[in-house]
Amino acid sequence: MGQEAIERISGRGCVLRGDDIDTDRIIPARFLKAITFDGLGEGAFLDDREAAKGNHALDDERFEGASILIVGGNFGCGSSREHAPQALMRFGFRAFIGASFGEIFAGNCTALGLPCVTLDGADLEALMESVELDPGQQIQIDLQEMTVTSRAGSVHAHIPPGTRIQLVEGTWDGTRALLDAGDAIEEAAGRLPYVAGF
Amino acid sequence: MSQPATLFDKVWDAHRVLDLPTGQTQIFVGLHLIHEVTSPQAFAMLRELGLPVRFPLRTFATVDHIIPTDSQIRPFSDEVAESMMSELERNCRDHGIQLFDTASGHQGIVHVIGPELGLTQPGMTIACGDSHTSTHGAFGAIAFGIGTSQVRDVLATQCLAMARPQLRRIEVTGKLGHGVYAKDVILGIIRRLGVNGGVGYAYEYAGPVIEAMTLEERMTVCNMSVEGGARCGYVNPDDATLDYLRGRLYAPEGEAFDRAAAWWRSMASDPGAEYADVVELPGGELGPSVTWGINPGQNLSVDERIPTPADVPDAERPGLAEALAYMDLRPGQPIAGTPVDVAFVGSCTNGRISDLREAARVAKTGNVHSRVRALVVPGSLAVAQQAEDEGLDEIFRAAGFQWREPGCSMCLAMNPDKLSGREVCASSSNRNFKGRQGSPSGRTLLMSPAMVAAAAIHGKVVDVREVL
Ligand code: SF4
Repeated sequence: MGQEAIERISGRGCVLRGDDIDTDRIIPARFLKAITFDGLGEGAFLDDREAAKGNHALDDERFEGASILIVGGNFGCGSSREHAPQALMRFGFRAFIGASFGEIFAGNCTALGLPCVTLDGADLEALMESVELDPGQQIQIDLQEMTVTSRAGSVHAHIPPGTRIQLVEGTWDGTRALLDAGDAIEEAAGRLPYVAGF
Repeated sequence: MSQPATLFDKVWDAHRVLDLPTGQTQIFVGLHLIHEVTSPQAFAMLRELGLPVRFPLRTFATVDHIIPTDSQIRPFSDEVAESMMSELERNCRDHGIQLFDTASGHQGIVHVIGPELGLTQPGMTIACGDSHTSTHGAFGAIAFGIGTSQVRDVLATQCLAMARPQLRRIEVTGKLGHGVYAKDVILGIIRRLGVNGGVGYAYEYAGPVIEAMTLEERMTVCNMSVEGGARCGYVNPDDATLDYLRGRLYAPEGEAFDRAAAWWRSMASDPGAEYADVVELPGGELGPSVTWGINPGQNLSVDERIPTPADVPDAERPGLAEALAYMDLRPGQPIAGTPVDVAFVGSCTNGRISDLREAARVAKTGNVHSRVRALVVPGSLAVAQQAEDEGLDEIFRAAGFQWREPGCSMCLAMNPDKLSGREVCASSSNRNFKGRQGSPSGRTLLMSPAMVAAAAIHGKVVDVREVL
């Protein structure tokens, strides 16, 4: 169970354009018929990729081996399935940069130690264009400085403050931090009239 | 006197365990619901950590996503579905968790049975590994979907680490017209605020239209909060809420009910409470809605035309083009008259008894079109029983609809109920995403159950106001 501090992530980028890409597209529901997350990487974006007949960003040779997925707005909206970040992680992605993220998706990513950082519109567009022109370049996400650095320059990145602390302090794997509350949990429960039985 | 507060503030504060060093709040989860798809990995992680379930009596389980709707006799003919079911049974048995399987008589879609059994109550925090947990907000609960790692957290600690969202009040004013339903209200809200308009927000639904709604209608509205980007949405508890809860299996009884009712009422938002944002939507202007695209915000009233690139801001043009290409619809074309191949009445959005009654009212007006395959899938065993007691199953069968066993069915097609190829489905569910209904190229038009029934009969999208 990882409690590794995640301060910096470097790697090549893969640009996946389009807004409102939902988790049904990231991992179609038929891949949820399983009792483990094993093997989900093969299902990542499968239907979209088949429909695109090889023209999908995840099949683009220039982006092969990329570990940072660069996306548009509201990425990961829809279903709560953790299978979505699991599939992308198993495909090889370690972080996401986008305009905005579906909330449950972003929370699921945090629980797996995968940062979802957002950039302002012009910065994101410049990064996408830069990576499309020069896919071999290294991109760096720095969660201490809150910057994303590429050939397009170094720009300010955003992430919810609590999430940033969880990642950089290595407390992103939630259970342990919550267990620390000890008896305070039972005390809180005891104050609730419905738990006590009205 | 203390400051006026919202229900959200009151529930949040009542469930705060402590403030975490991250700035997030550790929140106690009053009710945890689980199902077969998102829980097995959570139990596996728990076993790996060697941790017990902290509050086994506050978690309840059901089976809904993978369950077949033709025959629910065990073992299921689909081996993977059977293994998921057995895994859930084993996990519930090992940890002392109540499982509502078919034998219990209480099985159904998780968001249908929670309210039906009286488990869902005002003032609670409710979590479930399913995004439509927002449904339970209809009772004045703070209810939200979580991922599998968080299911593990709740099993292990009955808590979640949460950042407090902002609160937006949405007032639906006026009165709904004939043939306009709760589904049309929420589709109208999402059309107006966008599919990501609610990111970072919780929604409080209010105003005369919401207050006049039954609890089942409020559930339809809250259900699709997440389709508007809001992880949770709620309605303040009132007399209708208390009336719904009285006599339910898990609701308090006798004097305890009165004490509960007093607490529930006290949790409602106070007059004068502050909101980060207030939005007003005139209910009288809404018509029966239909989606034309690949997200629920891409909808219009059945008497409108599909937008053209000139109708939308620059930023939305690529999305419009992608949606129309996928749906094979033309800009400027009326949505009415679009042919459909399949009709689906069901899901946690619209699979309750009142939904089936409305669909049956329309089903009485004709027979299912020869080209259309039409399914009615009740949201729970209790809904099915009630419908059969009222003779609704007979009405559906007589009109040529298939009457099925309860489950999620074609809402996400994890069981054998699926679209094939490019079929177009008029659906009372909540997501028209690409491939959502089981065929990678299948197409979905979301609408109210009455509109679905009308589409089934006419073989195309029609205005239900002209049928009723
Ligand atoms: S009916 Fe559909 S949306 Fe509701 S819980 Fe089942 S699959 Fe999810």
